Amino acid sequence: MEWSRLTAHEAHEYLMKKSFSSLELTQSFYDCIKAVDSKVAAYLTPMEEEAYQQAQQADEKIAKGEGVTELTGIPLALKDILCTKSIRTTCASKILSNFYPPYDATVVKKLRENGAVFLGKANMDEFAMGSSTENSGFGITRNPWDLNRIPGGSSGGSAAAVAADECIASLGSDTGGSIRQPAACCGVVGFKPTYGRVSRFGLVAFASSLDQIGPITKDVTDCTILMNSISGHDTNDSTSVNVAVPDYRKALVNDVKGMKLGIPNEYFVEGMDPDVERAVWEAIKLLEKWGASIKEVSLPHTEYAVATYYIICTAEASSNLARYDGVKYGHRAKGYDGLIDMYGKTRSEGFGPEVKRRIMLGTYVLSAGYYDAYYRKAQQVRTLIREDFDRAFEEYDALLTATSPTPAFMIGEKVKDPLQMYLSDILTIPVNLAGLPGISIPCGFSRGGLPIGLQIIGKHFDEEKILRVAYTFEQRTDCHLKRPRLD
Amino acid sequence: MKIGFKDVEYVAGLARLRLSDEEKEEFTTQLDDILTYMDKLNEVDTTGVEPTSHVISIKNVLRNDEVRESLPSEPSLKNAPEKERAFYKVPKIIA
Repeated sequence: MEWSRLTAHEAHEYLMKKSFSSLELTQSFYDCIKAVDSKVAAYLTPMEEEAYQQAQQADEKIAKGEGVTELTGIPLALKDILCTKSIRTTCASKILSNFYPPYDATVVKKLRENGAVFLGKANMDEFAMGSSTENSGFGITRNPWDLNRIPGGSSGGSAAAVAADECIASLGSDTGGSIRQPAACCGVVGFKPTYGRVSRFGLVAFASSLDQIGPITKDVTDCTILMNSISGHDTNDSTSVNVAVPDYRKALVNDVKGMKLGIPNEYFVEGMDPDVERAVWEAIKLLEKWGASIKEVSLPHTEYAVATYYIICTAEASSNLARYDGVKYGHRAKGYDGLIDMYGKTRSEGFGPEVKRRIMLGTYVLSAGYYDAYYRKAQQVRTLIREDFDRAFEEYDALLTATSPTPAFMIGEKVKDPLQMYLSDILTIPVNLAGLPGISIPCGFSRGGLPIGLQIIGKHFDEEKILRVAYTFEQRTDCHLKRPRLD
Repeated sequence: MKIGFKDVEYVAGLARLRLSDEEKEEFTTQLDDILTYMDKLNEVDTTGVEPTSHVISIKNVLRNDEVRESLPSEPSLKNAPEKERAFYKVPKIIA
């Protein structure tokens, strides 16, 4: 048995049967990381010392049979956008290259309380701005299925680590598709919860009205285990919603009979890869065969989502990133002439090109004379996009689309053309604009052997239905079982 | 042209970014492309449409104004590039 291939629920059973200890399991993951991470480069900061301590504590709990959860002793990776107390948290930015948070993010605290083991901090696009992890200030991550291709982004390290068996599961964050798109590119499960379901306290802010933390896992069951652990209201995040959290495990129903699933026409966009289109339609046909009713539906404002998103997210980012001024934490330039000069030099040295580009765009759309034309207009169109979904969900339980219009593209293919890069998020962005939950699951492969993701979109706080569709598909197909070869 | 070299310089000043001439040139072209793409939104009639301020309808969140534990100054200052006693140190502001 290759331990690093196990899911969390499988590893949990072995830990309970004492087939191996968490210490041994953790060791086997570091062996795997040593063997493959020189190729994949999923991790920025390993947490070996801390991980072995957590594993030992987990083993003690298991030995005593006290306070054991499904995550006790389970080795995970964390996107480096999540604050970890006294462990370097960089957001893959040079401006935070020496930042050691004085506290844990709420999700980190919750996982810690559940006994999880943190193997390390995963690479990402700087400040989560990107779709390929090429914008990291500390080097690119490669797709385990083809090392010449991107792993997706911005949670590229988190997704690649799961796909390459360098952890059991991981956490990412999703502002415009940053969990779902890399999950699709890497052939794993990525879940973006409803906005407000998971506390954002300790998540370094990119675009606060869109950001949401969620799991990246090897199967849907693990996704529910992580969601049970990280969900819930938090007084430290006033946008986290105080509604009851279901037991997500109960959503694992292998049956879609009678479910009404809508297929948004507008999501089969021009320029979509034919292999992606074929794989998604095959998945839809299977769900229909298994008893779901399938109908096409129109979300007429879809074509405006990308423009809307890049106005709102850059506006919010320009404001959120104003805090990086070289005063309280992070990088400070040397050799400046006064305070304003210090700000300018610090920020220009610390931020990479994409972050600068987005701060510029966001500052421009919020500047005097342009606010109404851009920001206000975008927030109005956002309302129309949301209403399209509201109307669809009056009739449908969930919507099915591709996660990304193409499989993972080549490293370097889109770096020179930011607009083309932005358009690669076209199928995931509307979900964030409307604050909906969405999941990407593996649904097939391209002729070149690259994974393809199926996106399932649900109503606010109706995550169980999309998990049920995802689980049914997974239980009755086997594409999630295929793994990349890295030797 | 939606945006020119001078505009890029002005916006960089607002954003406290110091850009090289090369960067300014590149941003002028790229931002112009992106802003031109964003003109798409003008096709949409938004007369009378309420802008989205929050995607989930939640009311104002209030709490009692009670003293709670906060971060002590030592760990708060630990990441400061420059500090003195219990203060962040910045360049002189008032001449």
